Amino acid sequence: MQNRRETSGSNVSLAQRAWAIRRYALQMAEVQGQGYIGQALGVADMLATSYFHAMDYRPDDPEWEGRDRFYLSIGHYAIALYAALIEAGILPEDEIETYGMDDSRMPMSGMAAYTPGMEITGGSLGQGLGIAVGAALGLKRKSSKSFVYNMLSDGELGEGSTWEAVMSAVQWKLDNLIAIVDFNNQQADGPTLEALATPAEAPKWAAFGWYAQEVDGNDLAALVEAFDNARNHPDPQPRAIICHTKMCKGIPFLEARESTHFIRVEADEWAKAIAILDEDKPL
Amino acid sequence: MIIPPSSRRKSKYTLRSVPEAGDRVATSAMIASLDAEGRDTIAAPFGHALVDLAKTREDIVGLSADLSKYTDLHIFAEAHPDRFYQMGMAEALLMSAAAGLAREGFVPFATTYAVFAARRAYDFIAMAIAEENLPVKICCALPGLTTGYGPSHQATEDLAIMRGMPNLTVLDPCDAVEIDQATRAIADTPGPVYMRLLRGNVPNVLGEYGYKFELGRAQMIHEGSDVLIISSGFMTMRALDAAKALASDGVSCAILHSPTIKPLDADTICSEAAKGGRLVVTAENHSIIGGLGEAVAGALMRAQVHVPFRQIALPDEFLDAGALPTLHDQYGITVEQIAARIKSWLEA
Repeated sequence: MQNRRETSGSNVSLAQRAWAIRRYALQMAEVQGQGYIGQALGVADMLATSYFHAMDYRPDDPEWEGRDRFYLSIGHYAIALYAALIEAGILPEDEIETYGMDDSRMPMSGMAAYTPGMEITGGSLGQGLGIAVGAALGLKRKSSKSFVYNMLSDGELGEGSTWEAVMSAVQWKLDNLIAIVDFNNQQADGPTLEALATPAEAPKWAAFGWYAQEVDGNDLAALVEAFDNARNHPDPQPRAIICHTKMCKGIPFLEARESTHFIRVEADEWAKAIAILDEDKPL
Repeated sequence: MIIPPSSRRKSKYTLRSVPEAGDRVATSAMIASLDAEGRDTIAAPFGHALVDLAKTREDIVGLSADLSKYTDLHIFAEAHPDRFYQMGMAEALLMSAAAGLAREGFVPFATTYAVFAARRAYDFIAMAIAEENLPVKICCALPGLTTGYGPSHQATEDLAIMRGMPNLTVLDPCDAVEIDQATRAIADTPGPVYMRLLRGNVPNVLGEYGYKFELGRAQMIHEGSDVLIISSGFMTMRALDAAKALASDGVSCAILHSPTIKPLDADTICSEAAKGGRLVVTAENHSIIGGLGEAVAGALMRAQVHVPFRQIALPDEFLDAGALPTLHDQYGITVEQIAARIKSWLEA
């Protein structure tokens, strides 16, 4: 399996990548004083594994035909993806200051036309996996070896259209499609498990015909193994990784908050959060 | 207080009369073609045009949500089975997957019924396709009142819905000749398109006028001095026949055919209307709200063209089920009704 990151000789560990993604995200959230920082801290490990272990891409050519595609359904997670794109060298670090500002290339909800590396316009939940099905079909038409990764959320599993795509991906044997679900059990109105998701998501996806794995989404070693399994799985079926994450992971005083979907942080708390992160910088 | 359902809704459960065997008019089913009304027909113009295009265009693919047979896309599917994607009964997926294929460089033609595209899949067309200006061609059968199945299948407000979407080109072709030409034209158009389809044996109306479809252009099919009828879809066929009937009564009607609903050819429409001395009548197979008629009215008002104006369209209602000829008469879009209404407006 081709893997540019592994063969590029980088000696930066995945833990350091995830740390950097969290730190960039905190810096961006500080610009606005609020935002979906809970999700960003939660998925930093999934993004680090995607961008610095699994995916093939060229930082200086985000539209390189041979790249793996990364489709972010959940537009409000853009803050997390911008952080990963900065760490990957696709976006410049000095644009952090513009996050969510007028004329910024980094709007609060991710849109394809605004940002290099932001492949689709997300935000209307339940569309990403269907678009990914079409792209996976298109890549097969072109005999491409690229994968399509779709990051979706547990709340998004309530959208019926997600399941249309789940069924179609099996029908078309899309072994080049990898769905990564951020299961943080937190949607806008409360716990996802009290809405439409179930504790048995992986068996559900498997019952539909997917190769489904369930992992601790904040355990880098487990994520690496799951992503490797997903890419190397020999059977002609789509692949899902249900990643159980903790909102605000890495910043204990934020993790302790009850409602974390969209959090407000006092002005002085940003520095505190970044200081906590800096104390724990991986070697 | 809970209001009983029976009093909330008007009941259609009233038996009018049982017709004699010879007078019965069968319900026009989904698969029926529009009556050719004395013209020759051409079979499946959309499907055959797409097959022809695909010979030289490797990037063209077809998708349907379990309605390839009823949108004539099955002709393409049979000719190019490897380029046809059956997406199942899933319109949200149909639009999203078409967007994904377009992202990868293909030009997808996605077909379903107009009701399902306009009502069910709107957000997917908006965000997955139109917002990114992707070249997905959404081609939909059963536009307006072309089935007797009732409101579940009658797309009487599809143009109103689709006109509201930025980036989207909206077409309402008249006949087989135009569907053939428009299919080829939209394949060459960069952005997303919504096109209404007539399927099966489709009348050849415009052939005798030497018509050539041009995207974004309204064209004068027939000159006239008393009335200017601006029409789209099969209502142009009806308007041409109504003009013949009115000519025998000494009323001269011009027919300006405007198949591109958006972007509307406001320049041609306004300059024709501004010539003056003619009653302007719009004629469309669509609700009176938000279709060609209101698009024309808006264009005229914005251009300060103040002329007598009337609209022939379907009422703002969920329409009845029944046989198409009955329904077209009931809702005032037959040749006879068009002619009679224009005469009454002229006499008023």
